[in-house]
Amino acid sequence: MKNRIVVVAAAAIFAVAAATLAAPAAEKLKVGFIYLGPVGDFGWTYQHEIGRQNLVKALGDKIDTTYLENVNEGPDSERSIEQLARTGHKLIFTTSFGYMDPTIKVAAKYPKVDFEHATGFKRAANVSTYSGRFYEGRYIQGMIAAKMSKTGVLGYIVSFPIPEVISGINATILGAQTVNPNIKVKIIWVSTWFDPGKEADAAKALADQGADVLMQHTDSPAAMQIAAQRGIYAFGQDSDMIKFGPKSQLTAIIDNWAPYYIQRTNDVLNDSWKSTDTWGGLKSTLVVMAPYTNMPDDVKKLASDTEAAIKAGTLHPFKCPVVDQDGKTVECKGGDHLDDGQILSMNFYVKGVDDKIPGK
Amino acid sequence: MLDALGQILGLIFSVNFILTVITASTPLLLAASGELVAERSGVLNLGVEGMMIMGAACGFAAAYVSDSTIVGALCGILAGAAMAAIFAFLTLGLAVNQVATGLALTILGTGLSGLIGAGFVGMRITPAPQLYLPVLTGLPVVGRILFGQDAFVYFSFALIIGIWLFLYRTRSGLILRAVGDNHVSAHALGYPVLKIRMLAVLFGGGCAGLAGAFLPLAYTPFFIPGMTAGRGWIALALVVFASWRPGRLVAGAYLFGAVTFLQLSVQGLGLGIPPQVMSSLPYLATVVVLVLISRTRGASGSAAPASLGVVFVPDR
Amino acid sequence: MIAVALTLATVAVLFAIIGKNPIEALDVYFLEPLLDPFSLGEIVVKATPLVMIAIGLSLCYIANVWNIGAEGQFLVGAVAGSWLAVRTNGTDAGYWVLPAMLVLGTLAGALYALIPAICKVRFGASEILTSLMLVYVAYYGMDYLVRGPWRDPKGLNFPTTAPFDPVATLPPLFEGSRVHSGTLIALMVVMLIAVMLGRTIMGFEIRLVGAAPKAAGFSGFNADRLVLFTFAISGALAGLAGIIEVAGPIGYLQPDISPGYGFTAIIVAFLGRLNPIGILIAGFFLALTFIGGENAEIAMKVPLDLTKVFQGILLFYVLACDSMIAYRVRLIRGVRKAVPANA
Repeated sequence: MKNRIVVVAAAAIFAVAAATLAAPAAEKLKVGFIYLGPVGDFGWTYQHEIGRQNLVKALGDKIDTTYLENVNEGPDSERSIEQLARTGHKLIFTTSFGYMDPTIKVAAKYPKVDFEHATGFKRAANVSTYSGRFYEGRYIQGMIAAKMSKTGVLGYIVSFPIPEVISGINATILGAQTVNPNIKVKIIWVSTWFDPGKEADAAKALADQGADVLMQHTDSPAAMQIAAQRGIYAFGQDSDMIKFGPKSQLTAIIDNWAPYYIQRTNDVLNDSWKSTDTWGGLKSTLVVMAPYTNMPDDVKKLASDTEAAIKAGTLHPFKCPVVDQDGKTVECKGGDHLDDGQILSMNFYVKGVDDKIPGK
Repeated sequence: MLDALGQILGLIFSVNFILTVITASTPLLLAASGELVAERSGVLNLGVEGMMIMGAACGFAAAYVSDSTIVGALCGILAGAAMAAIFAFLTLGLAVNQVATGLALTILGTGLSGLIGAGFVGMRITPAPQLYLPVLTGLPVVGRILFGQDAFVYFSFALIIGIWLFLYRTRSGLILRAVGDNHVSAHALGYPVLKIRMLAVLFGGGCAGLAGAFLPLAYTPFFIPGMTAGRGWIALALVVFASWRPGRLVAGAYLFGAVTFLQLSVQGLGLGIPPQVMSSLPYLATVVVLVLISRTRGASGSAAPASLGVVFVPDR
Repeated sequence: MIAVALTLATVAVLFAIIGKNPIEALDVYFLEPLLDPFSLGEIVVKATPLVMIAIGLSLCYIANVWNIGAEGQFLVGAVAGSWLAVRTNGTDAGYWVLPAMLVLGTLAGALYALIPAICKVRFGASEILTSLMLVYVAYYGMDYLVRGPWRDPKGLNFPTTAPFDPVATLPPLFEGSRVHSGTLIALMVVMLIAVMLGRTIMGFEIRLVGAAPKAAGFSGFNADRLVLFTFAISGALAGLAGIIEVAGPIGYLQPDISPGYGFTAIIVAFLGRLNPIGILIAGFFLALTFIGGENAEIAMKVPLDLTKVFQGILLFYVLACDSMIAYRVRLIRGVRKAVPANA
């Protein structure tokens, strides 16, 4: 008896549900985002989420956004992307490298949907790629670090040996060497983007070994807090982490996706979207430096001058000649500096790095 | 080679190394202590990760609102215990399978902590202070190791000693172990099996919650969803590693913490060993040590509580 | 039925609290995925590895052997099979590649699972700990290979292997869907295991050792052999699931190939009451909650965490009701017999 009541009730409920769902939705452009981490990771995904929120602020009356967070880069991602495509999203941002092939696959099935894949290199008529020239910021950080370090030893916490991380390390060293040719950098691979405890431990290990300026290519503010505890300096990553080390943060590289998201969404609204490859740096404000703090004025000036020079295009962090770890000069494909392809696929250390690239 | 070895030894025998290891091992030790008691009573709760992350979220939220580490820690304990209560209700009250319930508890905890913590991401609090004792902390070398820690660390010491005393030196402890080893006999002797188990599970949950709260309150003073990063699973494994004995648990937790930190430190020396090899070291080391211990002990049989994970229904 | 009723009620409350329409939520969560061919296909894709791993694990658990390292065996199987795909990539190797990959994955999974089994049998080391720890070792091992030696030479040094050649990938069963022939393999495996459990001496042995270890000892069954056997089988199936996942839906090897399948499968095994058919249903059900959760994220813009909470609660209900059915009567004394056993 009871069973039957439940069944009837359920049936009635679902009937109503179907009716409510059938109601037409407003005709807004649907924009979808696929995130690697939770929106609250305070790192990579968080910055994309800030970008999305600003997009909503700018164009909220014309668009409707959806995001899927914590999307595994394995078997799930293709489905998640396709779910967005088939539910009427006309512009989809997939915000991690691992979504590259799934994005291409789904894009082939949905030629009328435009896709934007972050940090990848495969494109199609309806797939663009975009990323940030974070190495520009790293170069400035290297200079500041070398100026501020008393021990001449920098500590660098890194996640995984992908080209972006390697080029970041190299740019840092090159920047630091302009100030102090004998600068040393200690590198610890934590093999995770995200484990605050482990990042903190790595920061402590580096500090114990004499590093007095810390930098990181991992997501959480743990290293910044350790720097604050130990009274040494550090740089923020992805977002401004000044709160976590008011006396320690020298500056931070901020990923600023909003302008790009707004522009590309406008392109779709105006029917002028085209497949492109965007690699924006300081000049296009995709990469932004947090205020230069906790340093004397001359260092501040050096930093802002360098920033200005990079923006103006008169200075390139990978200006030739670039000499690798073994002392060989790297082929100079970009005229007076390494070309984008070389930087995007960077798999060597420059001279002065005391480490071996994992798996090489 | 010798030079590298010398450098590594130099690292290990430094005060900072030991301090860091203690901090890194404390959450493992706290969570594992609680789980040890629960398992000793015969209940296998695989939801440690879920209880920990709830402790982290609630502990941080409470500490942020009240601006007090103690309130945060208490709320962390409560949150862990509340999660454990759900588990106890299902597995003890309704005789549901413990393994599946524990895993489901972790799913629930991950989600719930994310919802609770969402509003607190990016906030910062004052970390738990190091408690320095006037004279003792000033002692050379051992001073800072033994007397320069935060309250959580002292508490973890006290906790494990307390658990040892309880299990082996009190009547209640004996009963608890009896319940875990043979619940039918214990029941026949008139002991309230389910009540004892429920208390043990709640205690385990409280410890896990405290372990979770330690992370955002003392270790890295901010909250991020998923910040426990698998420590609950390691705690579970450590209980097995310790063959359900408190003394071994301490050894296991510190061994694991030490190897984890050592692999990071050694990288700073720039020896060029692949980081993946280094990262898997703590896990391999635990397996190897366990095999060695088990071997020397010989085939004395399993040390696991005999009724571990077995459902107990009183009327049957 | 109680589970459904309770879930309906809880969901209603839960969604009402955050101000969403509960009826719509239920529809999005449970009905839509079942009515839509794409989602149905995706549920099957998701359920395939879960069922395959869980069925192997169930053998262990029935025999009271605790393999909780299926995730690691899954990864190792994927890596071993991929080895062949990477080696033959770009060559004119024939149609033998895919079967050979599957065999390699199966064998590697079994071998990897035998490590904790041997540690257990030979040294008495607890298999719970060793099998779990080896998960991490497998993960880092794979990570090393993908970022190092096996990296796609044309991949700009990013951590993936080259996409597998067509002869090294499982074809989809239907046009436009990701459902692949691995699903058929999984169904076959379920049938085989069901037959083995019910109709062979080995199956009897497994059940007997689990139910009455002493009796099994008296009747001369060798417990050690059983540990090795169940570990090998569950490892083999996890490994097979791993290589199928890589050769099927993914199509290349990369660091992130499993959203915790090896662990989720443990829930599936117990949810299915360690019974082959039960596991089939449980795998499908769990996959449904994942897909439904994603639907809810898109259609109702609820955070992922909420769908996880929902999934956790749902599992509790299902488990609790299942247990009540198993024990039928008055578990809670003092409470009046309000719960009819057949509900």
